[in-house]
Amino acid sequence: MNEKIEYLLRQGDNALILSQQLSKLCGKGPALEEDMALTNVALDLLGQTRMWLTYAGELEGRGRDEDKLAYLRDAHEMRNCLIVEQPNGNYADTMVRQFYFDTWHYFLMQGLAKSTDQRIADIAEKSIKEVTYHLRRSGDLIVRLGDGTPDSHAKTQAAVNALWMYSGEVFIYDAVDEAMVAQGVAPASEGLRAAFLEHVGEIFAEATLAMPDPAAWMQQGGKKGRHSEHLGYILAEMQFLQRAYPGAEW
Amino acid sequence: MNTQTASASVEQVWTWLADVADPEIPVISVVDLGIVRGVAFDGDQCVVTITPTYSGCPAMQVIAESVQEALHAHGVGNVRLVNQLSPAWTTDWMSEAGKAALKGYGIAPPAQQVIDISGLHAGVKRRAAPPLVIACPNCGSTHTQLTSQFGSTPCKALYKCLDCREPFDYFKCH
Repeated sequence: MNEKIEYLLRQGDNALILSQQLSKLCGKGPALEEDMALTNVALDLLGQTRMWLTYAGELEGRGRDEDKLAYLRDAHEMRNCLIVEQPNGNYADTMVRQFYFDTWHYFLMQGLAKSTDQRIADIAEKSIKEVTYHLRRSGDLIVRLGDGTPDSHAKTQAAVNALWMYSGEVFIYDAVDEAMVAQGVAPASEGLRAAFLEHVGEIFAEATLAMPDPAAWMQQGGKKGRHSEHLGYILAEMQFLQRAYPGAEW
Repeated sequence: MNTQTASASVEQVWTWLADVADPEIPVISVVDLGIVRGVAFDGDQCVVTITPTYSGCPAMQVIAESVQEALHAHGVGNVRLVNQLSPAWTTDWMSEAGKAALKGYGIAPPAQQVIDISGLHAGVKRRAAPPLVIACPNCGSTHTQLTSQFGSTPCKALYKCLDCREPFDYFKCH
């Protein structure tokens, strides 16, 4: 197994699945501005997906481009973390999932921008500007929802607690991640996690939300292709056209 | 393929590209927008280096095709497009002429230099971009308010003017 290909697939699949999830809200956002913001974020993530998967396909050298990798892999071949496949739920669920993801994503891109792999550093340098906007927005909404009405506070706290066990998988490094750290390609877990906990803690304090236990047990498996029941449905919708009409083009 | 190819100069190619309009904001050219990063000749082949504004910008493919078409129309048959990610595109590369054209079109041009990513680590600025003074492109008033960080395309935010009451697009700093 080539660790770098595996690592690139993880980055690409995280962005791809979250983008697909957010796209489902197009035309259904709770307000026009939110609807546009969600689809803008989805578009940014889709653009980032293309850069990661294209690079993965090139390194793999088996003729799989971004489209083949996105549309022709089944659930056990997908390398996204479990958090991005969690359902959109109510708007607090959508935004807490986004906030956990954006916070990690922002600090990861800062680390990857210093990667010894120049192409990865270039992709991160491009992405970080977009991710900064994403994180500012999701943090702002967490404060508005948490420190809003009693109802919005209760729903947001419930989402914070329910999704917390999916927030830690990105920091649990396996042999692939450690190989990337050893080669100077990716940043170490400890620094990322400390920055994540600090940022989340500060936003939750401002949002009057209780911070979950950082030592809590965390769900994992997505990086290795062991997914929740949700992913199959997401892929069924996303891949239907290419599965039913192989090679179909615009 | 075409005898004119060898005779076209780099300066001429830049002039021709300055007439290629952005597909979403047709008053600004791809050169004024800062998307074209380089023009060079490799033998007979004209190599044009372009960079995406946003990773997911759906206009990039159209822009690449427009550049090819424009050069073909001027007799440059052998064109290669190179997509360059780094240094990442920034609104600082937008020309003054481009900013003026945006304003005339009803879109407020970027008000400051590159996106300030340091703000995340500066206490109260964590969740908000630094406050900007954005002038209304319709009446010029700076009495304006942000409606949404994300607008009709990835590169724009939504504002409204509190004096003339018109909503308008703002081309965000990036």
